[in-house]
Amino acid sequence: MALEDICNFKDERVQQLFPFPALETDSHDLELKRLKTSQTHCGTPQRVFVPPLRRVDPSEPPLTAQRPFPLSHGTTTLGFVFQGGVIAAADTRASAGGLVACPAVHKITPIHSHLVVTSSGSGADCMLWERILTREIRLYELRHKRRLSIRGSAKLLSLMLHPFKGTDVCVALTLCGWDKEGGGTGLAHNLDNSSSVTDASSSAPSSGPRLVYVCSDGARLQGDVISVGSGSPYAYGVLDGGLSWSLSKEEAVSLAREAVFRATHRDAYSGNNVDLFHVTAQGWSQRPREDLREEYYRDMERRSNRGRRRKKDRYDGE
Amino acid sequence: MEYLIGIQGPDYVLVAADNVAASSIIQMKHDYDKMFKLSDKILLLCVGEAGDTVQFAEYIQKNVQLYKMRNGYELSPSAAANFTRKNLADYLRSRTPYHVNLLLAGHDDADGPGLFYMDYLASLAKAPFAAHGYGAFLTLSILDRYYRPDLTRDEAVDLLKKCVEELNRRFILNLPSFNVRLIDKDGIHDMEKISIGTK
Repeated sequence: MALEDICNFKDERVQQLFPFPALETDSHDLELKRLKTSQTHCGTPQRVFVPPLRRVDPSEPPLTAQRPFPLSHGTTTLGFVFQGGVIAAADTRASAGGLVACPAVHKITPIHSHLVVTSSGSGADCMLWERILTREIRLYELRHKRRLSIRGSAKLLSLMLHPFKGTDVCVALTLCGWDKEGGGTGLAHNLDNSSSVTDASSSAPSSGPRLVYVCSDGARLQGDVISVGSGSPYAYGVLDGGLSWSLSKEEAVSLAREAVFRATHRDAYSGNNVDLFHVTAQGWSQRPREDLREEYYRDMERRSNRGRRRKKDRYDGE
Repeated sequence: MEYLIGIQGPDYVLVAADNVAASSIIQMKHDYDKMFKLSDKILLLCVGEAGDTVQFAEYIQKNVQLYKMRNGYELSPSAAANFTRKNLADYLRSRTPYHVNLLLAGHDDADGPGLFYMDYLASLAKAPFAAHGYGAFLTLSILDRYYRPDLTRDEAVDLLKKCVEELNRRFILNLPSFNVRLIDKDGIHDMEKISIGTK
């Protein structure tokens, strides 16, 4: 994709469907133009694709593709920051209404060596926007000879998603990564400069672990622990109880696994396996995928052992 | 869900906003700042639909700064408020209106302090005190009862604390902490955060 644009390679068939060049991040347009009907040359950073005209007359056929069945946002993904970096964990079930469409999906995708993205919402939309984000980050890196920070990447993604607000695009990504440089200068700094008066996170050092949530509604939140999806309330319950900055790597991994396991136990739309990624200053590393069914049986056995031991103690005590 | 409040005194404006960033039933952030600095003496407090708030507020912020760069002097709070209202009104009948409720607070060297109330239908009103959100239903009567145009800064903070106390007692949602800022002729000052339990 990126190579195509740089070489000005034009695939005629594809051009008819998607006649838009990659976005140019060199020009800065401070005017926020809402997209109108037809598109022209996309010179501003915000315009990537033009969303289809929203139909005013309900009797007209819709221009977006009709969904064959209702897609639900069933998933449990989580990410948190601690002294040893960032942990990103997710289940692997793709649900479509009440059907498990696929039990072994990859919801965590590496974007570059120090950024990993967890996705929830519509699988197709997430896949597409992850690729677009990868392309734009790579183009930025080639053009400016420095890597975009995590917050800059999040803001870029948020600006790209903004024209699609109100359409059926459903994307909720958590960018989990490690910022390498300290004290950015130039465009990237302007991109991720916070606009609020005092931003607690901007006073933190500009290198280190970073966690940002970006959603197709337009929300962009930086935080220390983020969980997304139908299983997220259950995950928050486990995480909020056990999380602290000074966890060791093993404790953090085990907490993340436990949180996803409890969420998959209660939430019908999450389940099957758990994927776990760990991002440090050296890059991301992936733990082998684990089947949560085994974890469930182990947990059941632990409970029955505890019950048996307590009954035995009671007998002995009498 | 979200709450904004502003109180204007004889030579200052006191504003506060809650710190919760929520997504359906979950509090995703407990320390989220809803105030945007438009210039050295103007603050824009913005609540409403998730992406619209930040997009619209940053758009206004950058345009106010652009005005300063182009013309060499800053927009007054009244001019900034009217500019903001005009943008809301322009987008109101488009296919993509901004669903945001705003309070603009500022201090002008010529006109003194000003608090402007704007809502998503692009109405604008200069008011001595104002609030947005469900919490406004509970606290406007308290403001009506105790507000005087010659409140001192400490009295204004006490009035604010009374409002927060009422919210903690009667509002079903938990709003644990509030950012508080004061604007006067010397600029924007951060004040102590109000949390549950501060007296």
